Amino acid sequence: MTLMLTSDSAPLYTGADWDYDKVRRTYDAIERIAVGEMGLDIYTNQIEVITSEQMLDAYSSIGMPLLYKHWSFGKHFARDEGLYRKGLRGLAYEIVINSNPCISYIMEENTMTMQALVIAHAAFGHNHFFKNNYLFKQWTDADGILDYLSFAKEYVAKCEERYGFTLVERVLDAAHALMNHGVHRYPRRRSLDLRLEAKRELERQEHAERTFNDLWRTVPSKTGGPHPLSDRDRRRALLELPEENLLYFLEKKAPRLQGWQRELLRVVRHVAQYFYPQRQTKVMNEGCASYCHYRILHTLHERGLITDGAWLEALHSHTSVVFQPDFDDPRYGGLNPYALGFAMMQDIERIATTPTDEDRAWFPDLAGRGDGMAALKEAWANYRDESFLLQYLSPALIRKFRLFHVRDDAREPEMRVQAIHDERGYREVRQALARQYDIAWNEADIQIVDVDLTGDRRLLLEHRVMNQVVLEEEEARAVLQHLADLWGYEVVLEEVEAASGARLKKHTVGPRTVLGGRSE
Amino acid sequence: MFTIIDRRLNPKGKSLANRQRFLRRAKEQVMRAVRDASGRRKLKDIDVGGDIVISPDGIREPTFHRSASGGLRDIVVPGNKEFMTGDRIGRPPRGGGGGGNEGSEDGGGEDEFRFALTREEFIDLFLEDLELPDLAKRKLKVTESVSFQRAGYSVSGSPTNLNLVRTMRNSLARRIALNRPTGDEVKALREEIDRLERDNSDAERLRAARAELEVLLRRTQRIPYIDPVDVRYNRFQAVPKPSAQAVMFCLMDVSGSMTEHMKDLAKRFYMLLYLFLTRRYKHVDVVFIRHTHRAQEVDEETFFYSAETGGTVVSTALEEMQRVVMERYPVEEWNIYAAQASDGDNALSDNAKTSALLSQVILPMCQYYAYIEVGQDGVPSGIGYGGGSRETDLWRTYKTIQGPSQPLAMKRVTHRRDIYPVFRELFSREAAQDAMAEGVDA
Repeated sequence: MTLMLTSDSAPLYTGADWDYDKVRRTYDAIERIAVGEMGLDIYTNQIEVITSEQMLDAYSSIGMPLLYKHWSFGKHFARDEGLYRKGLRGLAYEIVINSNPCISYIMEENTMTMQALVIAHAAFGHNHFFKNNYLFKQWTDADGILDYLSFAKEYVAKCEERYGFTLVERVLDAAHALMNHGVHRYPRRRSLDLRLEAKRELERQEHAERTFNDLWRTVPSKTGGPHPLSDRDRRRALLELPEENLLYFLEKKAPRLQGWQRELLRVVRHVAQYFYPQRQTKVMNEGCASYCHYRILHTLHERGLITDGAWLEALHSHTSVVFQPDFDDPRYGGLNPYALGFAMMQDIERIATTPTDEDRAWFPDLAGRGDGMAALKEAWANYRDESFLLQYLSPALIRKFRLFHVRDDAREPEMRVQAIHDERGYREVRQALARQYDIAWNEADIQIVDVDLTGDRRLLLEHRVMNQVVLEEEEARAVLQHLADLWGYEVVLEEVEAASGARLKKHTVGPRTVLGGRSE
Repeated sequence: MFTIIDRRLNPKGKSLANRQRFLRRAKEQVMRAVRDASGRRKLKDIDVGGDIVISPDGIREPTFHRSASGGLRDIVVPGNKEFMTGDRIGRPPRGGGGGGNEGSEDGGGEDEFRFALTREEFIDLFLEDLELPDLAKRKLKVTESVSFQRAGYSVSGSPTNLNLVRTMRNSLARRIALNRPTGDEVKALREEIDRLERDNSDAERLRAARAELEVLLRRTQRIPYIDPVDVRYNRFQAVPKPSAQAVMFCLMDVSGSMTEHMKDLAKRFYMLLYLFLTRRYKHVDVVFIRHTHRAQEVDEETFFYSAETGGTVVSTALEEMQRVVMERYPVEEWNIYAAQASDGDNALSDNAKTSALLSQVILPMCQYYAYIEVGQDGVPSGIGYGGGSRETDLWRTYKTIQGPSQPLAMKRVTHRRDIYPVFRELFSREAAQDAMAEGVDA
C-alpha cells in the first residue's frame, strides 16, 4: 500500500541521517510553506546544533543559553542527568529561545525527519508566537534579552569575586524563593528596556557619587523632627502600598540592603518577568507550534517532498506528543498542553471552514468565516491561555476530551461532579478549565500591605485566601525566612479570607542573619 | 534567511560551576552519603564514583504555594466515562490519580535526591582533610617521567612551535629599521606612473618616477618581508617529574577466631587505606598476606572470602612480608605501608619473636604500620589505648614497641561505624604533622 498522494517532485532527503545541506534544503522548503503560504511572521532564525550533554546544560539553566551561576541549576542538572542516563526520561527534541534572532537548539542525535519537525515546530511555530502574542510584546524584549543575561551573568560573577560566594548565594537563594512573586502583573509607566540596563546601573551609581555632598548631613532638621507618619493611608501611599511585586518592593525599599544586593534582586526579578508570559501561554504556545509543525509536514508530504517513511516517523512523534491519557490512566499527569492546544487550533480551523449548527450558535463571528489561518493568527496574537480557553473551547472539543468538572470540598466526605460534557455543563466546564490556567487563580495572592516605619519596622504581608486553601505552612515559613533576611526586620504574613475578611492564620518570622551587613 | 551554527564543539561542562556550587551547598549530606556508599563496595572498585542519595535538607528551594489539601477546589479532568452531573465520587488516595493539578511541585513528594558523582568528586569528598604522615621521607621511583614546560623563546624549533606574534614583531622592527618600502608606497608610485603615462604630459617626472619605482622594487627584493633572523619559536623545557610509588601490605589473621564480621571490618579498613594511597601515589601495589599458624601471599578474593583453620602465629605473616619486600620491593625504591588486622590472639610463645621482628625489621622499612584490632560487634570496647584488663596478647606486645619514633599506630574497632572515624584519626592532618614533628625529634 502506498500513501504517496502526489509525487510531482523528488523528496528533499531520504534516510535518517542529516547533514547541513539537507537541513538547508528542508529549511527553505519549510519556509516557503510557513511564510509564503501560511503567512507566519517570524524573527530571523538561528538554528544551533548541540549535543545531548549541551541540551542537559540548557535544561538546567531554565533553557537559557547563558545565565548566572547558582547551585540550584547544578541541582537540576544533576537530577536531569541522572534520570536521562538511566533512560527514565528522554530529552526534549528542541529548546527555543524568545530572542531576536530566535535561537532554536536541535540535537545532533535526531534523525533528519526529527530535525524537520523541530524546525517547523520551534523555528516557525514558537517563533511566530513569540513575535506576535501581545503578552510577549508587552513584557519581553527579544532584542535585548541575551545582552541582558550576559550582563547579569557578569554582574553576579563580579559580586561573587568581591563579596564571596556565600553572601551572593544567600541573596540569590532568597530572591529565587520570591521569584514567582517578583513580577509586575500590570503594565506600569516605565518601559522595560533591558538593553540599557547595564548602562543605567552604571549611571545610577555615577549619579549617586556625583551628587553626594556630606554637607547635607549637617543641615539641621526641622524642629520637632520629621512629621510623624501616624496616618496609615499616608504611609501606604508614600511606600506605594499595597505592592504585590515583593522583589520590586524589597529592591527599592528594604532599608538595610546594599547596592549590589538590590541589583541582584533586580536581575532575578527581570528573569522572572521575562518568563511570566511563557507561564501564561503554555497551551497556546504549544498548540500554535504543534499546529504549525503538523500542517507544514503534512504539506511537505502531500507534495512528495518527504518520503512516506519520514511522514510516518513524524506522525509517530506527533501523536506521542499530543497524546492525552484519561484521568484514570496510570500515565495521567494532568492535561497535556500540547494535546489541548493542538486540538483547539484544529478545532478553530474547523469552525472557521466547516462549522456545524452548534458552532454557529456558539461562535457566530468565527463560524464559517472561511479563512482559518487568519482566525488562528488573530487568536495567537490577542489571547493568553485563560482568555483563549474561555473564548474558543467548543462543545465539540469538550465532548471529544470528555472533560468533566469535579468539586472537591474538604468539608464534605466526597467530591461532587459539578458538570460533564452535556448541554447544561459546557459553559461551566469551560469556565472552570479556563480558571485552571489563570495564574491569578493558581498562585497565592500575596501582597505587602503595611510597614511600621516609626516603630519596629515590621513588614506586614497579606495572603488573600481563596476557597479556604491556605499556604503550605513549612514552605511558607522558609520563604518568609528569606524575606525577613532581605528586609532585615521582622516579617508577618497574615492569611485573610478574601470574601469575608476573616483572619485564618498568622506567621511571624524574624531575620536570621541580616543580609545587608551595614545599614546605610 | 537563517543561520545554522554548529555548537557541538563548544567547551563542555558549562554547568560545572553550578555543579561545584551545588556540591559545596550540599556538602554535609553528600559526605554522609559518600561514606555510606563506600561501605557497600569491593576494595578495588571503591573509587569509581556512582549514584548517591542524599536527603533534601539544605537544598530545598521553597516557594509560596497553596497547600495540597483542604479548602474548596475545582478540577477539570479529561476522560469521563460514567459520571453524570451530581454524582459523588470518593477521593483518590493521596498522590495518585485524578486530582491535584497543583499537588506535587517542589515541596510535596520529594523525599530524597538522587544523583551521580564522578570518581574524582567521590574521592575528594571521601578523603577530605586527610594527610599521609611522613610522606616526604622516602624514595622516588628510579625511572622519572618528564613533562614539558614553556620556557621563553628560541631561534630554532619545529614549525608547530612557531610563535607568530614574536616573529612578526621582529620582522616589523627590522623592516622599519632597514627602511623597506611599504606596499602603499609602491602602489602610490605605480598609480602616479599610470596617470603620467596616460596624460603623457610630464615626461621628466615620469622618468624620475620610474627610476624611483625601480629603486623601491629592488629594495623590496633585497630586504625580505620575513627573514630567518626574525623567526622565533616557543621553547619548551623538559622538567623531570618524580613519580613516587607505594606498596601496601594487608596482613590479616584468618584463623577460626576471626568471624565474618571481623573480616568485614578489616576489609573496610584496607579499602580506605588503598583508596587513600592511590590518591597520593601514582602507582600502588597491594599485597595480601593471610596467616594462621603459617602465612601465605594470596589474591584478594581468597584473602577475604576463603576460610582457613589453624592456630595463630603472627610472626609468620611478618616473615612473609619481609620475604616479599626483599624479593620485589626494594626499600629504597618503594614507600611501604602495612596494615594488620587481627582479633588480638597470638600464640604465647610467639610474642617475643613478633615483637623483635616488628621493631627490628618491619618498622624500619615501613612508612607507616597500622594495627587494627577488630572486636566482636556489640562487645563494648574502650576505643583508644586504655583497654585495661581486656588488652589482648598482641595489643600488649605492640604497645611495648610503640614509641614516638616508631611509625606504628594502633586502634581498636568493633563496629562498622567506627572504621571511618578511626581511619580519620590515624591520618588526620594534625596527626600527620605530629608524626613529622616526632620524626624531626628522633
